Amino acid sequence: MIYDSTELNLLTKALPFLANGLAFSLALTASSALFGIIFGTLVAFMRLSNSRVMQTFAYFYVSIFRSIPLLLVIFWFYFLMPVLVQSVTGSRFPVPIGPVYAAFITFAVFEAAFFSEIIRAGIQSVATGQSEAAKALQLSPIQRYRYIIMPQAISRMLPVLLTQTIVLFQDTSMVYVLSLPDFLGVAARIGQREGQIPFFFLVVAAVYFVICFSLTKVVAKLNEHSRRSLRA
Amino acid sequence: MLDFSFLTEAASLGGGSSNLHLLFLGWQNTLVAFLASILIALSLGIPLGVIRSLPNARVASVVATYVHVFRNIPLLVQLFLWFFVLPEVVPVELGDWLKIGLPNPEYWNLVVALGIYMSARIVELTRSGIGSLSSGQFEASRALGLSTYKAYRHVILPQALRVIMPPLTTEFTNCLKATSVGLTVGYIELTQRSREIAEQTFRTFEVFSMATLGYLVTVMLLTFVLFGIEQYFRIPGLKYQG
Repeated sequence: MIYDSTELNLLTKALPFLANGLAFSLALTASSALFGIIFGTLVAFMRLSNSRVMQTFAYFYVSIFRSIPLLLVIFWFYFLMPVLVQSVTGSRFPVPIGPVYAAFITFAVFEAAFFSEIIRAGIQSVATGQSEAAKALQLSPIQRYRYIIMPQAISRMLPVLLTQTIVLFQDTSMVYVLSLPDFLGVAARIGQREGQIPFFFLVVAAVYFVICFSLTKVVAKLNEHSRRSLRA
Repeated sequence: MLDFSFLTEAASLGGGSSNLHLLFLGWQNTLVAFLASILIALSLGIPLGVIRSLPNARVASVVATYVHVFRNIPLLVQLFLWFFVLPEVVPVELGDWLKIGLPNPEYWNLVVALGIYMSARIVELTRSGIGSLSSGQFEASRALGLSTYKAYRHVILPQALRVIMPPLTTEFTNCLKATSVGLTVGYIELTQRSREIAEQTFRTFEVFSMATLGYLVTVMLLTFVLFGIEQYFRIPGLKYQG
């Protein structure tokens, strides 16, 4: 299978659509990372709190989402969201919210379970002596987290959070099952229309590889840097 | 209201079997694909991980490239590469055989794609396990006159494999969950089965709950079994240090 100018012409024509698809995937990644980290932080603090109820909730939240496949979660939310919106708004019928919103909400909620574990590990990696010393210095709980624990925890969890975001970026391709216009979905559709499915899948694979590989290198650099600064 | 009575009813397209039986068959397919994939992943990943840890830089960098390729392309895209692209880039006879000659093409494509995808992760895990041991272990074995092979066989790997058991358990559950991508190429596993039954019966909530429960229980059993293995082979004092 040798590609000549026909395929290249096709690719040039498809480029704007592919770029839109990639932009969709990146937007989904960015939004899920942002909200995933916000919800994940909440869940992590619930897990670390003294309240039995919150601990249990956080425990089940994390274990359940970590035990079922992302695809099943996507189908769950796609089915459940309209019913949930119906019960919240008191509408008489399930409210169709569309696959795009469903995908954005699914990923934020799903990824929160994974981010929360990273955040919890980061917080717990700070030696207890630090927290106790801060307590002895009469710092309030907020001050303790703000000035003593979080600065150390964040520098430790940052590389892991970024690695998880790369995984998340790859996972967003799963919205293919909802026929969303993400990068893979757009490429599959164009490939089908032009009768060039293999070619477009190769393009998708190459682009994903280049993006994820370079990001992995950046994270490795960052990791090295933070390790050096911790040692200093 | 919740109504699980559909489970015992005959499925509309099930040829007489009940919906519950169909769900069970889906679960079975999930399990079979998982076992085959993880077998491929381990039998490729552990040897390659050992090679990656050897001092030969050129061979190690070939394995590193393998890892980079299979870790930086989404699993779904990799599956499509195996399923749609591979038959087009190999010689015509082989391509035709892949397309029409191969029995159960969905199954084999899923298992190969997932097995190789997971193997890249096992390589890194094995390498980090070996790296976590003190280098004195290998040097002492060599000083005692063991060949590199024997040093790995009797000293390094027995410790490294024990050390990586906890993260390996996570990879096992990841592999189990990842079998669900098979539904995109028509492999009817638990998730796809539950969708089909939901479409037939409109009991989406109940069917999805059953599927969720199926995954939860399987993951729990898997974790339990692997934990048992880990405990059985445990050497006091030997622990994983990233």
